[in-house]
Amino acid sequence: MARTVTTNRKIINTAAAWAVGLLIFFPILWTILTSFKTEAVAVADPPVFLAFDWTLDNYRTVLERSNYARFLMNSIIIAGGATLLGLLIAIPAAWSMAFVPSRKTKDILLWMLSTKMLPAVGVLYPIYLIFIRLGLLDTRTGLIIVLMLMNLPIIVWMLYTYFKEIPGEILEAARMDGASLKDEILYVLTPMAIPGIASTMLLNFILAWNEAFWTLNLTAAKAAPLTAFIASYSSPEGLFFAKLSAASTMAIAPILILGWFSQKQLVSGLTFGAVK
Amino acid sequence: MATQHSRSAARFMMAPAVILLLGWMLVPLIMTLYFSFKRYLPLRGGDLGWTGFDNYVRFVTSSAFWPSVQATLIIVGGTLLITVIFGVLLGILLNQPMWGQGVVRILVIAPFFVMPTVSALVWKNMFMDPVNGLFAHLWKAVGAQPIEWLSDISLFSIVLIVSWQWLPFATLILLTAIQSLDSEQLEAAEMDGAPVLKRFAYITLPHLSRAITIVILIETIFLLSIFAEIFVTTGGAFGSRTLTYLIFQRVLESQNVGLGSAGGVYAIILANIVAIFLMRIVGKNLDA
Amino acid sequence: MGQIKLEQVTKSFGPVEVIPPLDLTIGDGEFTVFVGPSGCGKSTLLRLIAGLEDITSGTIRIDGQDATNVPPAKRGLAMVFQSYALYPHMSVRKNIAFPMRMAGIPEDEQNRRIEAAATALNLTDYLERRPGQLSGGQRQRVAIGRAIVREPAAFLFDEPLSNLDAALRVGMRLEISELHKRLATTMIYVTHDQVEAMTMADKIVVLQAGVIEQVGSPLELYRAPRNVFVAGFIGSPKMNLLSGPEAEKHGVHTIGIRPEHTAISTESGTWEGTVGVAEHLGSDTFLHVQCPQFAEPLTVRASGEFPVQYGDRIFLTPDPAHLHRFDAAGLRIA
Repeated sequence: MARTVTTNRKIINTAAAWAVGLLIFFPILWTILTSFKTEAVAVADPPVFLAFDWTLDNYRTVLERSNYARFLMNSIIIAGGATLLGLLIAIPAAWSMAFVPSRKTKDILLWMLSTKMLPAVGVLYPIYLIFIRLGLLDTRTGLIIVLMLMNLPIIVWMLYTYFKEIPGEILEAARMDGASLKDEILYVLTPMAIPGIASTMLLNFILAWNEAFWTLNLTAAKAAPLTAFIASYSSPEGLFFAKLSAASTMAIAPILILGWFSQKQLVSGLTFGAVK
Repeated sequence: MATQHSRSAARFMMAPAVILLLGWMLVPLIMTLYFSFKRYLPLRGGDLGWTGFDNYVRFVTSSAFWPSVQATLIIVGGTLLITVIFGVLLGILLNQPMWGQGVVRILVIAPFFVMPTVSALVWKNMFMDPVNGLFAHLWKAVGAQPIEWLSDISLFSIVLIVSWQWLPFATLILLTAIQSLDSEQLEAAEMDGAPVLKRFAYITLPHLSRAITIVILIETIFLLSIFAEIFVTTGGAFGSRTLTYLIFQRVLESQNVGLGSAGGVYAIILANIVAIFLMRIVGKNLDA
Repeated sequence: MGQIKLEQVTKSFGPVEVIPPLDLTIGDGEFTVFVGPSGCGKSTLLRLIAGLEDITSGTIRIDGQDATNVPPAKRGLAMVFQSYALYPHMSVRKNIAFPMRMAGIPEDEQNRRIEAAATALNLTDYLERRPGQLSGGQRQRVAIGRAIVREPAAFLFDEPLSNLDAALRVGMRLEISELHKRLATTMIYVTHDQVEAMTMADKIVVLQAGVIEQVGSPLELYRAPRNVFVAGFIGSPKMNLLSGPEAEKHGVHTIGIRPEHTAISTESGTWEGTVGVAEHLGSDTFLHVQCPQFAEPLTVRASGEFPVQYGDRIFLTPDPAHLHRFDAAGLRIA
């Protein structure tokens, strides 16, 4: 039984938690606020918190820079492509490991996980070389393949965990109810698996969107996604805080929203089911 | 239940994933090993023949090696220390009854979803800039000399940035673990006369030990290879060059592929030592 | 129609034989309960009949037809699972409709049967809900509804009440019994609870380690348990089984006497003992009596307000007409 707590104690808890929460969130909040300021207000001392003339100029400027849309497009295509391709390959694999397990299933799962531990920098040059040879350098296709391979173990693991949770009795019930294998997959398994597939998709889209080693090292002008676009601000000239903030806000906003939806699945997904 | 037919179908369905990952692992790995025994300078003559363990020796004896190991250890160790300690405290705080728990949870998790290049840039400019950064304003407001964060105390600054990014991960996992603690255990300990701190030390902390281990192992693997945060903030200057960054510079900036590959092999070995421990825990969990 | 006949059926998991050759006939319309301690093979036996497990050897006949190699869906049986196994993504209506949809029954006929089942099971108000929004008892009824609408040759129940609390269990027990009376369809019911077996069954099959110990009506099993195992398993509280010198006086290895077949007196009787714990149930009082000649305390039933206290001396006299006698192998001596 949960114990009832005095109101005083609850007030203290609430105050402390909100204070810490806002402190941690502050850099993001500050970035979003700054994106609506003019460059002069953005660097004002003392800093202006809310009492300024809100403007959308920064967003306009960033969007007008012809290349922004292309970076955004690259991010969407690369993260989306890597995620969908990964699902396509992982679903049959996870499916068969969960429903037709053999003695080797556990070893295969662990081995897949181990490929995730390979430090990217250790294989940077070979990949670089292979990319040059195959003409994949600075192409979306190349990045889709690399990011898909990077996240494939996580995708397989997450799906495996979800499929495992579908109780065998339900499949037996369907069989007793006269469902053929096709009916079983179509009417019982797939609908039950869809929430798991959706959250796997979400988390891996986020991971691919934020990936910042391969995206920085294997792209130049053509295929560079938002990670590279943002990185190009690292040696700025003049006043640029507000524009940087606007660009940053646009780069992280979609992911923050998706992330909040996926936070429940995040734990088991990122710890490979070791923490539930 | 499984028939012979379904077994071979299962193998067929697994094949693409297994073959792709096998290729993804083996091909670059073998190439890295191959290059690491070569004197290989793509821009200055290309393949200059076998050199045995020369690259391995040179990588370790170069003047940049030990500082990079030190920088790596400080960043990994510092971040781990901060995220685990504050992660436990935050986890406990968020587990208390309060108003608006869901919203606070969302606020705390948010940094995890921020692109590393964005978080590095925001911190570097809007907070740590010695002239216009918020910290500089703050320091001036109390009459202190603003700190040159990323040049004077670059390692500390990077630890701060990286910890901000990884604290949500640690908090989330530790919170999940705390929630799985049977409250009756704590009440039993309370009935047995254990005060708050003893209850934390003897009940909560042992219960969290597995989750803490997992946080440490997973974070270590990711932290060993952090790249964007350094690339964007200091570019490896001011003593912030980690092992990963050193290898990156050898391979892509100075185009000494043999030397960089030898460094890569060291990085792979290092990561695998950590990985073995993680796999043991995950593997045990599979049996349960 | 729903006569089920098992002929020399065996089941092995790898080298482990869980069911040695077994013969059993379940008559049309009979309510048969498989009862036994956990791990006795009762659920396996049910799954063999359902077709969810393949039998290792032998023959299963349903209404005289060889069904040994017929897939579960084609056997015309419906099953209610321990976990209810409802489809979580479908409404109650769709859950109940699923077997009919699979069988290609026309929609208006489907709706007619759903309405009928929902009325009978008190589910009319819940048809559009998902299983997750229902209580345990309601889920149980949905599972039964899903079985009823198929109009199967026989119903199979796999410990259907074990996830319900005690009060609900008694209610559902009655509902299932009533259902059987109304439909008069063959039912096979697996449980480890002998109270469920006694109250519901036409025929009880007592199993231990895959072997049928006895088949019979509840009262046959109560009156004449074939061996020590059945004697100890059927009846509540358990029969007192006594061996040693007292049994030898009757010329047998073990004697058994039920708590309700022992006369109690504070003055005289066959056995003298000390009262231990007394359990007052209101209608009855169960006394645990320690007699010096027996290692275990005896359980005896007294009237509800029998005036004894802990530590009192008491005399017990077994009713010779209800004394059960068993030989060294544990078999009943008539």
